[in-house]
Amino acid sequence: MAYGPKIIDHYENPRNVGSFGTQAEIKQRKDVGVGLVGAPECGDVMQLQIKVGKDGVIEDAKFKTFGCGSAIASSSLATEWLKGRKVDEAAQIKNTMIVEELSLPPVKIHCSVLAEDAIHAAIEDYKAKNGIVAESPASAGSKA
Amino acid sequence: MPDNSTNLKLPIYLDHAATTPCDPRVVEAMLPYFTTIFGNPGSRNHRFGWEAEEGVDKARHQVAELIKADEKEVIFTSGATESNNLAIRGSAIMYEKASEGSGKCRGHIVSCAIEHKAVLDPCKRLQKEGFEATFLEPPKDGIVTAEMVKAALRDDTVLVTIMYANNEIGTINEIRQIGELCKSRDIIFHTDATQWVGKMPTDVYADNVDLMSLSSHKIYGPKGVGGLFVRRKRPRVRLTPLVDGGGQERGFRSGTLNVTGIVGLGKACEIAGQEMASDAIRLGKLRKKLEDSITSRLDTCQVNGHREKRLPHITNISFGFVEGESLMMAVKEIACSSGSACTSASLEPSYVLKNIGVGDDLAHSSLRLSLGRWTTEQEIDYSIEKIVGAVKKLRDLSPLYDMHKEGIDLSKVEWAHH
Repeated sequence: MAYGPKIIDHYENPRNVGSFGTQAEIKQRKDVGVGLVGAPECGDVMQLQIKVGKDGVIEDAKFKTFGCGSAIASSSLATEWLKGRKVDEAAQIKNTMIVEELSLPPVKIHCSVLAEDAIHAAIEDYKAKNGIVAESPASAGSKA
Repeated sequence: MPDNSTNLKLPIYLDHAATTPCDPRVVEAMLPYFTTIFGNPGSRNHRFGWEAEEGVDKARHQVAELIKADEKEVIFTSGATESNNLAIRGSAIMYEKASEGSGKCRGHIVSCAIEHKAVLDPCKRLQKEGFEATFLEPPKDGIVTAEMVKAALRDDTVLVTIMYANNEIGTINEIRQIGELCKSRDIIFHTDATQWVGKMPTDVYADNVDLMSLSSHKIYGPKGVGGLFVRRKRPRVRLTPLVDGGGQERGFRSGTLNVTGIVGLGKACEIAGQEMASDAIRLGKLRKKLEDSITSRLDTCQVNGHREKRLPHITNISFGFVEGESLMMAVKEIACSSGSACTSASLEPSYVLKNIGVGDDLAHSSLRLSLGRWTTEQEIDYSIEKIVGAVKKLRDLSPLYDMHKEGIDLSKVEWAHH
């Protein structure tokens, strides 16, 4: 498949690869939200992690992806966009923005959808760990 | 590093099971037939026709010699796909057991789930037209045995069609034994030998084959030409033609002969007869080096299909925790094939690998590497480094590899399917 230069760049030089610890360690960390989406049989699995500061701003983001070049590029781009955003702003990243930025071909749009799913899953995980009710913005409320 | 070698030309072609380049000796043999010897072999009354016919006759002899058939038993076609269609449709309809529209089964066909589409689809079309078919499912080693075929035979079985060697994993089926079985039961036996002929010694009579398809472009001949062996004695096999017209090729395949292509196929067969034994030994050694190096340097990878009973130049390897398309991107200097869905139009992983029980996850992460007449050791060394490096790089990116190393059983994880 002939990919555009931005996909190739993210594929060959992926940004923010890694994780903030083992699966067991991350489960314990309240400042880290994890989104794990997709399935091996479908050919793509994305793991997106956000590390959130006390001010509700995403300090750092990391990813690991099993999947095609577009899936790797979409998740790499997502980590770039997540860093420095407030958690609720991050939730506004849409798959169409990823499609546009990377010029994803039509058959690869599902990769951007998966990246959006991963972002939402990571945010939900962070909120759940910190007892933040889904709709209410960053206020560390009591546990539901 | 092999990267620095001066005479290594990139990209490296390791997709010879898809197609091969024409041997320059084949091209040379073909050239006069484009311009000076351009006649129609059907023109019986002048020199131009006679010369073209001589070229075709010579080619027929060359093909027949390679497969130990009589030259009268070789029919030229446009390729193995047409040969398969003619053999399967032509024999099923010729030998059917009940008439169309009678409401009865017109006859039973035995084939295999990991055949090429050019065999599966003609069988499936016949099913729609009133025949019944059984598609055998081979075990993990990918080998179809005579015993499996025997268990599937019925009183109304008219045709058995089983490929000689598989195009994705290179495994070799029990053709001689299946041939013997079919002969003892008076059932027509066809084999798609596209990947076999010209690579390994073939003897259609020793194998008890009635119909055998072969292709030119897999054996360093031109594209667009192939052959079908149609047995003429014990028994004399008859076929209902697919194409009617001028009655060429004993009436089995009408249409003016592709003389240049046929001459090329003939020459390719002659060269194969002389060189396939040494090619097989050389390529077998190179493949061993390729497989041994990769599997010793990477954990969780597997060679698919039977390790011994397979063609010497094909290997199919699955790499756990990496996806096929991104792997192909990472080894873009190597031209090969993948079982990954992302590389196919259908978005389904290889049906061959799925059928022999390679899980979807490992089917997605497979590479088929197929070596050829001009593959060098230097190219193999380079490919080993590239593939090992690419898999390591992608595993560094893979959440699945992390989970595997942490001892998490991936089959027990609840994945969010999409």
